[in-house]
Amino acid sequence: MSEFAAGVKGVVPILLGVIPFGMIYGVLAISAGLSPAEAQAMSAIVFAGSAQFVGAQLFRLGTPGAIIILTTFVVNLRHMLYSASLAPYLKHLSWRWKALLAYLLTDEAYAVAITRYNRASQSPPLPADLHWYFFGAGLCLWLTWQASTMVGIVLGAQIPTGWALDFTLALTFIALVVPALKDRPSLAAALTAGIVAVAAGGLPYRLGLMAAALCGIVAGLLLETLQAPAHEPEQEGAP
Amino acid sequence: MSVWLIMLGMGIVTYLSRLSLIASIGRISVPPVMQRALRFVPPAVLTAIIFPELLRPGGNLDLSLGNLRLAAGIVAVVVAWRSKNVLLTIAVGMAALWILMALTLR
Repeated sequence: MSEFAAGVKGVVPILLGVIPFGMIYGVLAISAGLSPAEAQAMSAIVFAGSAQFVGAQLFRLGTPGAIIILTTFVVNLRHMLYSASLAPYLKHLSWRWKALLAYLLTDEAYAVAITRYNRASQSPPLPADLHWYFFGAGLCLWLTWQASTMVGIVLGAQIPTGWALDFTLALTFIALVVPALKDRPSLAAALTAGIVAVAAGGLPYRLGLMAAALCGIVAGLLLETLQAPAHEPEQEGAP
Repeated sequence: MSVWLIMLGMGIVTYLSRLSLIASIGRISVPPVMQRALRFVPPAVLTAIIFPELLRPGGNLDLSLGNLRLAAGIVAVVVAWRSKNVLLTIAVGMAALWILMALTLR
């Protein structure tokens, strides 16, 4: 089997989780006041689920563009870690391949691709066409995301506003956050951010979200540092 | 700023964060403190959106029993905590809100 086909096959189990998110995004974007063309274009231009959810919400609240872009930047910073983690495997590729694969580098594509690269690196040398695996998985995710967005847009245009479907945003985030609060620092980060966001709700330009997120991140870092006094994170070679 | 320009900006910052280290192999690395901080970005950002949605649904702080979104949200937190199932959490939370809306004729 070619690496491309293997990549498609590798990502299929994840698609079941991606499709409802694409649909919910489409519904939310329409209820946020975006036109169908704008809602669909955001899936193609940004192509990042959580950032699109947050973006749709900020559009609904009439947030200034600079704040929306800044918030997107913070929400998507984690992609730098994926980028760093995959870089050694992609360094031999042409800039065209790098540019294309970077566009397809979502959470899901990263999870599937890094698993394949790790497996391959246990029995070197690496096959020369491994990037086709990444491409197959990424392309399949991209097509699925666009199609499920489209279904959500069509549904969203038909559902009356009285159904309060904008509440799915909060519910989706609850479903993502709650199981991830496994230790005290992340719980502290979440609670601090939530409380600051409520308290700072009156700040102009929706800056409360940004301020709350930064306070939460600092709270998490502080508690983590206090909990592990012997740990020297700045030391070279530390985990 | 038009919606299209904002979306273009969102796309550019997202793309650059994805391309950053793939394109600059060996020249830049992510500082350790930032690697640690990134772990807290999702809980902080998402909770900063959840709390006002539940506690200030109409724009003002509302901790009363009449705040249906807060009640339905608490149900969803319990379901998410016990089941760790995203779709189940959304379904039960939405059903809870609709039932409360029907009961209170809203």
